[in-house]
Amino acid sequence: IMENINAKYVSQKISKTRWRLVSHSSLQQPDIFATGSWDNEVNKISFWSIGNHGGSDTDDGFEGDPQLLCEYKHDGDVLDLQFLDQDRIVTTSSTGAVTIFRHHQNSQTISVSHRWPRAHRYPCDNAPCTGVVCSSPEIVTVGEDGKIIVFRADQEGVIRVIENADSSTIHAVTYLRTTEILTVNSIGQLKLWDFRQQSDAPSQILSLSGDRVPLHCVDRHPNQQHIVATGGQDGMLCVWDVRQGSTPFSLMEAHSAEMWEVHFHPTNPDHLFTCSEDGSLLHWETSTHSDMPSFLQGGRNNSMISRSAMAPAGGNQSLISAWLSGDSSKGRLETTHMLPSQTLSVNSLDVLGQCLVCGTDGEAIFVNRQVPV
Amino acid sequence: MEEVDVEPAVTNIPAASDGKHLGFAWGPGDILVYETLYKASGSGCSFIHEVRKDEDIYSPNLRKLFNESHHIFVGLQTIREDLPSKNKKPQFVSISKNYRSVIRACMEELQQVAVSTKDAEVATQYGNQVSILLAIELIWNLCEVLTLSGSLLLHLLDWVRLHKADVDEKAAEVLQSESPAEHHDYWDVVVSYVLQGRLEEARQMLVKQATLHPAARKMYKLMDTLLSKMPFYNPGGTQTLTEFDVKWRHWHGEVNRCLQDNSFASNQHLEIICKIIVGDEDTLLEHKELLSTWYHFLVTRLLFSHPTVKPTELHYYAQSCMTMFLDARSVPEPLDNILLAAFEFDIHQVIKECSIALNNWWFVAHLTDLLDHCKLLQSHNLHFGSNLREFLLLEYASGLFTHHSLWQLAVDYFDNCPEFGRVYLGLQIEHIPLDTERKALKVLRICEQRQMSEQVRSICKIMAMRALRNNRLGSALSWSIRAKDAAFATLISERFLQDYCTRGTFSDLDLIDNLGPAMLLSDRLTFLGKYREFHKLYGEKRFSEAAKLLLSLMTAKIAPRSFWMTLLTDALPLLEQKEVIFSADQTHELMFCLEELTSSLNHSAPGTDKPTQDEDIEQTKVELLRLALARNLAMAIIKEGTIEA
Repeated sequence: IMENINAKYVSQKISKTRWRLVSHSSLQQPDIFATGSWDNEVNKISFWSIGNHGGSDTDDGFEGDPQLLCEYKHDGDVLDLQFLDQDRIVTTSSTGAVTIFRHHQNSQTISVSHRWPRAHRYPCDNAPCTGVVCSSPEIVTVGEDGKIIVFRADQEGVIRVIENADSSTIHAVTYLRTTEILTVNSIGQLKLWDFRQQSDAPSQILSLSGDRVPLHCVDRHPNQQHIVATGGQDGMLCVWDVRQGSTPFSLMEAHSAEMWEVHFHPTNPDHLFTCSEDGSLLHWETSTHSDMPSFLQGGRNNSMISRSAMAPAGGNQSLISAWLSGDSSKGRLETTHMLPSQTLSVNSLDVLGQCLVCGTDGEAIFVNRQVPV
Repeated sequence: MEEVDVEPAVTNIPAASDGKHLGFAWGPGDILVYETLYKASGSGCSFIHEVRKDEDIYSPNLRKLFNESHHIFVGLQTIREDLPSKNKKPQFVSISKNYRSVIRACMEELQQVAVSTKDAEVATQYGNQVSILLAIELIWNLCEVLTLSGSLLLHLLDWVRLHKADVDEKAAEVLQSESPAEHHDYWDVVVSYVLQGRLEEARQMLVKQATLHPAARKMYKLMDTLLSKMPFYNPGGTQTLTEFDVKWRHWHGEVNRCLQDNSFASNQHLEIICKIIVGDEDTLLEHKELLSTWYHFLVTRLLFSHPTVKPTELHYYAQSCMTMFLDARSVPEPLDNILLAAFEFDIHQVIKECSIALNNWWFVAHLTDLLDHCKLLQSHNLHFGSNLREFLLLEYASGLFTHHSLWQLAVDYFDNCPEFGRVYLGLQIEHIPLDTERKALKVLRICEQRQMSEQVRSICKIMAMRALRNNRLGSALSWSIRAKDAAFATLISERFLQDYCTRGTFSDLDLIDNLGPAMLLSDRLTFLGKYREFHKLYGEKRFSEAAKLLLSLMTAKIAPRSFWMTLLTDALPLLEQKEVIFSADQTHELMFCLEELTSSLNHSAPGTDKPTQDEDIEQTKVELLRLALARNLAMAIIKEGTIEA
């Protein structure tokens, strides 16, 4: 696995990398990704291509070395980055700004499409905007000021603000359903927000009993919407079932330092990827022992029994995801390191199809085009 | 003070007016300079100038060098000490090659940019950087070659060939022409091949000439034979050095005989080649242009005169070659001195010269580190305690630390400086500006991994204060938990309690309700959590539990004295309930608390003439409480005295 991965040094510390969306219908592998930098005097967003359009025009020694298409100056650290659609990305900045950039594919240039300069702020200071999630045209951002803000890409002002959503920093946000979002904060709480409700209170708060370890990332299972994975300061991977209980379903020791991002593979959710300050990127794979597909197994099958004594509401027990019974010591969970050792912090990763891209504080981007999923 | 090796460079501050006094302050990597007046009067200049010595770390292309070499450096440090040296040597060689390939990659990129840019100044700047990198790679390669085992000469030949690419370019041009043997550069190429010891290629070229001149076939055949029979020493082979020496002398004698009996007299080119391979210095020197450097001359001369040269003898030849090659007028350049020092195996001199010539410690730090690992550096301790390797690494890393982004690389370098690394890191890490929580978390992680508890506390305190100033109580608490800072946690709790007193409700309930074990960090925080719990119990109408909790807050001295009045006032509605909630004992305790409170209040505020409005309110409250307590006591006694029917 490690032979397929090479470092490209890019002279900037990468804070975020994201694949450009490919349409679900096409079986195309992704070929363009965007990156954002941090901690530079002049930060940048850049678009790169790995030339997956077939045809080996590259006479470089290493096929698939990312080529820079275009870049653009970014005011402040890029704290989060998401593709809004094929041509536009949303970034959030350490200055508290939220910006939409448009990538003009024909001329390979970038322009600012829309900007909300001090979306997140304190009365007399900037408040870094730490996370964004979007479902075009809706954009939701969160920040160190504990606010949740909803924008629409085509409208000037702000659609909705939840002012005191949190007394601590909100580190990440993701969609649970079209009208519900999940946030994680620096006192270890996972909060559900329902936008259909008028009130500014979360509809549910979940947290680990014990130490209030800050949570940094969250991702929802692509098919089973009640399953959520989080990672935090202590490097533990937690899998939650948001329908039941207020504590995580399973806890797995993953990293020896902060976990910065966790991603379920969008089409093969038996695979999960995490990256951390400790310089490692892990590929988690659950496996079922039986040859029979999981949906045909009855509730008695031992290898699939979850820790909960109850069957989930309205669900066949055999549909419980293997994630909810995650226990690495029982051999149902395989973990692989995907990067050579001794890299500095891996700040961000994204996986789509068979391609994985990640960026590090060692100013390197790694691309793997043959992820075994 | 010791003598300086070179005259210090002078930098003019253009914006400062002539004749003004300049004040200055040292920074870690630069100097701040400002105009100053001795007299207090008069207007001053409002500018501060920053003079920076090392511009290289701000070059985007060179950044790749720093990052990639950092990766190699860290890998090098992990090679286990206890491996036998024959296992380690190939690893060191491969690491050395890695470093060099990184340098070359950087150089190629810079070259591309220098060529493609339209800005003349930028082109010059990049061109200079390319030259410096070229020199660095040359020196590094030489050091690698000189420390490798095996045939010194063969390695030196490789070295020269690697750094003289124009021969291949010219050869390609000649071969691609219509009639290569008639190309005007043809003989230059042949001679260059010979000078580099690439005899096989020279022979192939000569064949083309031979076919054009069938009359001189015998002569060309003779040259071909001579060239093909030249012995090369292969240390890995079965031949011993003595055997080789004999063979070589024999061959050398044969070539000499050909010269003596004028076998090539009719063809001046072949005659020249013959003289070259016999080692004739004057002929070699006639081809200065093709050799282009004195070290090429050195290697060629050794190849054809002293092929069994030992490393210890190198410096004799090096010095003499340099003198012969350079004009009487020209002064050796810094690069020449460095290479000479390398040939003399005077590593310290190499490092010293490089340190002076280059404005960035990168090269000397990494080279010295590698040589140190190979145990090639005699450690002599410098006056200030650490050895040369550590000194250079510290200087390099300190320079990195001044960079807004590359400071992270510096940490690993400091880690590998056993004497002073930790101290340097501790001092410098506190000066990193922390604009975002994410950056602070990374810095904290570095400090925690190295048990730098003071720095951890200090950083957490800075972040917590900032959060507090922006009224982010949850964040502030999160920072104090990380630092295990009880005092700060107390401060935050005070803020919460103040908020409650002024507003009557708690803010940030999501935090207080979910404190968890963090509550135990400070007494005040525990009180806050428990007090909120009391409110919750009350809200859930679990009155007796609420009552018990409230009482325990006072009797267990968890609540601060200043809050007791509020707590007792909170007890009022419980006392006023129809049902008896506080038992007789509990009521006694409450009364005791009240007395404690009022007596301390009386003591502290003696003899004011007119009671103020506040005092009036207080007095009323106390009286109300006394009444309620008395009533409750009465009801409690009755209740407890009654036998249930």
